[in-house]
Amino acid sequence: MLLEEAGPLRDMAGLDEGTALFAQIAERLAEEIADGGLAEGERVPSMNELAAFYRINPATAAKGLNLLADDGLLEKRRGIGMFVASGARRRLLAQRRERFAAQYVEPLVTEAARLGIDPDELIALVREFSQAHPVTAQGGVTV
Amino acid sequence: MTPAISVTGLTRRYRDHLALDEVTFEVEAGSIVGLLGRNGAGKTTLLRILAGQEFPSSGGALVHGGRPAENEAVLRRLVFVREDQTYPDIRVRHALLAASWFYPNWSAELADALLADFGLPAGRMVKRLSRGMRSALGIAIGLAARAEVTLFDEPYAGLDAVARQIFYDRLLADYAEHPRTILLSTHLIDEAAGLLERVIVIDRGRIVLTADADDLRGVATAVSGPVLAVDEFTAGRAVWGRRRLIGQSSVVVVGALDEADRVRAGSLHLDLAPLTLQQLVVQAAGQPAGARERTSA
Repeated sequence: MLLEEAGPLRDMAGLDEGTALFAQIAERLAEEIADGGLAEGERVPSMNELAAFYRINPATAAKGLNLLADDGLLEKRRGIGMFVASGARRRLLAQRRERFAAQYVEPLVTEAARLGIDPDELIALVREFSQAHPVTAQGGVTV
Repeated sequence: MTPAISVTGLTRRYRDHLALDEVTFEVEAGSIVGLLGRNGAGKTTLLRILAGQEFPSSGGALVHGGRPAENEAVLRRLVFVREDQTYPDIRVRHALLAASWFYPNWSAELADALLADFGLPAGRMVKRLSRGMRSALGIAIGLAARAEVTLFDEPYAGLDAVARQIFYDRLLADYAEHPRTILLSTHLIDEAAGLLERVIVIDRGRIVLTADADDLRGVATAVSGPVLAVDEFTAGRAVWGRRRLIGQSSVVVVGALDEADRVRAGSLHLDLAPLTLQQLVVQAAGQPAGARERTSA
């Protein structure tokens, strides 16, 4: 029947099968905390809630939660669940700043060099772009 | 703690065919384990022995410490749902009733919910059900039994993608509330991958891989792009396959890549695609007979 042919890959809410799922769960929760979607002191979804949402094994979800707990970003409260630790957001944003150069500047500079755009020209382009597309309150740019 | 399933040196021989060859593994209680492999690899024989429906030629299989064959104490703690299960000449409701008498943890509530989910008519004669509906009945019994050890052998013959999704979701939901040991044999690895805590890969009667499912994700990456760039990037690394087509090349690199590798691949204009669990299993169990000695190391 037609449904069989449609490539019924399970929808795991955007998780990708090529990297460890527990690390992706941890990464997504960390993003959520950094962006303020999960406030400090707020309860994070439980192992079973994460498992049901992402359609993954609960042990895998637990491993993701524990990774953040071991890192001090979440704290366990016995019998109630896990909560965002105080100072978690600040620490995550600091980590992101550290990664910024490798993640964004390096490919930008590499591609610019490939196209023959020199650093001064690149800086001018960045400035021009920022003026034309101001960053919105949601953190996105208006294009 | 005694493992839920313990298999030691298990061998099953049929005349001149070796279905299982010295198979040894354990399954920890309370985990969902995928039994993966090609058709004819020995998955069904293994599950039939665990379910007490067949005897080993040598070696042994224990379920919660006991031999399953003709052992009611073990059999009541175990449910086996096989592909194309046959039933006596009864109605759906009677099949469920019979199961409810046998399994001590039976949940009539869950059985009813599953009947509704799959659109199974309780009053229908089982022999009048379509193949997919018969599979749905087997799944309903397998889940509602809430047996400590649940064996599913390709339980979804004739079920479409939507019904299989219902199966995976209900299995996960009920497992979360009532953890138990589940051994699921399947060749639809991509679909079931997320559910599995561990995988056991079997090929021609032998175990070729046992691992935590999550440990396998990202351990190998397909690197593709211009031949020279691919050669430069993969020099000195362990690789699996190498394919080439006019100036383009694709190579599977074994071992996790770090941030520096990614940046380097980016500057070489290479495309990186991590292998999925399914692709890895194909690597482990999909080799032609002559190639096995080279990959089993």
